Amino acid sequence: MNFAFRRKRISGLLAIVPASERSFLEEMRNFNFPESRSLKLMQVMGYDKHRLVRADVCVSDLAVFGLQHLFDSDMLKPDEIDAIVLVTQSPDHFIPPTSNIIQGRLKLKQDMLCVDINQGCAGFVIGMIHAFLLLEQESIRKVVLINADVISHKTSPKDRNSYPLIGDAASVTVIERDAEDTLIHANVRMDGTRREALVIPAGGFRLPSSTETAVLEDVGDNNLRAKDHLRMDGTAVFNFVQTEVPPMIESLLGAAGIPMEAVDWFLFHQPNRFMLQKLADKMKVPSEKMPSNIVENFGNSGGVTIPLAIAFNLGRRLQAERFRVCLAGFGVGLSWASMLMPLGGLRFCKLIEIPD
Amino acid sequence: MTQILEILQGIRPESDFSASSDFIADGMLDSFDMVTLVSTLDRMYGISIDGVDIVPEHFRNLDTIASLVGKYGIRP
Repeated sequence: MNFAFRRKRISGLLAIVPASERSFLEEMRNFNFPESRSLKLMQVMGYDKHRLVRADVCVSDLAVFGLQHLFDSDMLKPDEIDAIVLVTQSPDHFIPPTSNIIQGRLKLKQDMLCVDINQGCAGFVIGMIHAFLLLEQESIRKVVLINADVISHKTSPKDRNSYPLIGDAASVTVIERDAEDTLIHANVRMDGTRREALVIPAGGFRLPSSTETAVLEDVGDNNLRAKDHLRMDGTAVFNFVQTEVPPMIESLLGAAGIPMEAVDWFLFHQPNRFMLQKLADKMKVPSEKMPSNIVENFGNSGGVTIPLAIAFNLGRRLQAERFRVCLAGFGVGLSWASMLMPLGGLRFCKLIEIPD
Repeated sequence: MTQILEILQGIRPESDFSASSDFIADGMLDSFDMVTLVSTLDRMYGISIDGVDIVPEHFRNLDTIASLVGKYGIRP
């Protein structure tokens, strides 16, 4: 499905990561693999450091910290927010929506819309699309898109497939109408028939958590995980990305009439270094135009990796400069989405840490 | 073939790859080993194996791996 939007822009972006940093070298002994194999994998996949929250920290804590930082530094006024779009797979509760929790904790005005979207790695682009749609309404002038996940709470520390890669993080993106006649292209694809490739089997209403679903099991690949934990079919996900993402980008750029060379930055979701390098090779994009350094520094935080990659790699440059960027997210659902837009002249673009 | 065998032995020293005709079924290579192998082959031969080719069928034995790199003009 293709989308086109006019006169919309990102006016500010803040990424929030936990201060606590873990190291793969320290965690390696938790996995049921020889160290030599893990070390080889470390080099290829980009396992190194990742940021995880404490067990009692939830999505609303990261979001409230980030928004309060913006209020305190006068980057955003509470009354300006007409809508909160929260994209998360790890809500504080099933009921109520976490976006309402954020609104309540910050005592924001009642005359606003709060909505939660359950999406993962494609969640930044999907959240942006929702924000743009909301901005078609006269009454909505500023949307705060929050991407946040604390998926470490649902990942087995003895699962080498997932644990070294994951990270917890949040981002706050301020989106509003643009005085310039900006044109933004986007497209989205969904395939729920492949939903089992990334799943947390237990904990919802289909299979409630119990003592049984909490039992760690060796599921045949030397990794120990419970049904309460994230399960990722690495081969299926890898092939999905390599098969679906390049034609999606080709279609996006084709719809916009923009050649690949005219894109300044390819800011893609950050599953691991190897997958991104393979994508760059296949798309014939110079690797320096496609940053792949988020997993090794922060871990994969699902829908937050794109804004995190923007803040970490471009940061303050986006306050003074302007680029044509291609965004792409792909994963859970399965869902994949991309967006071509100008990005720059931001009021703020930075990364902050939330203390332990 | 010898080079590929040496790479495989480096990844999984405990396995005897010359004695198996199906590394995947025999539990000698998992998906992460395939990634490590591809990364090494890319570097050694100066190629970039297409991501869509990184599927178990191409890593079952020495012949299928040789056939895979053969697609890139390499005769191991």
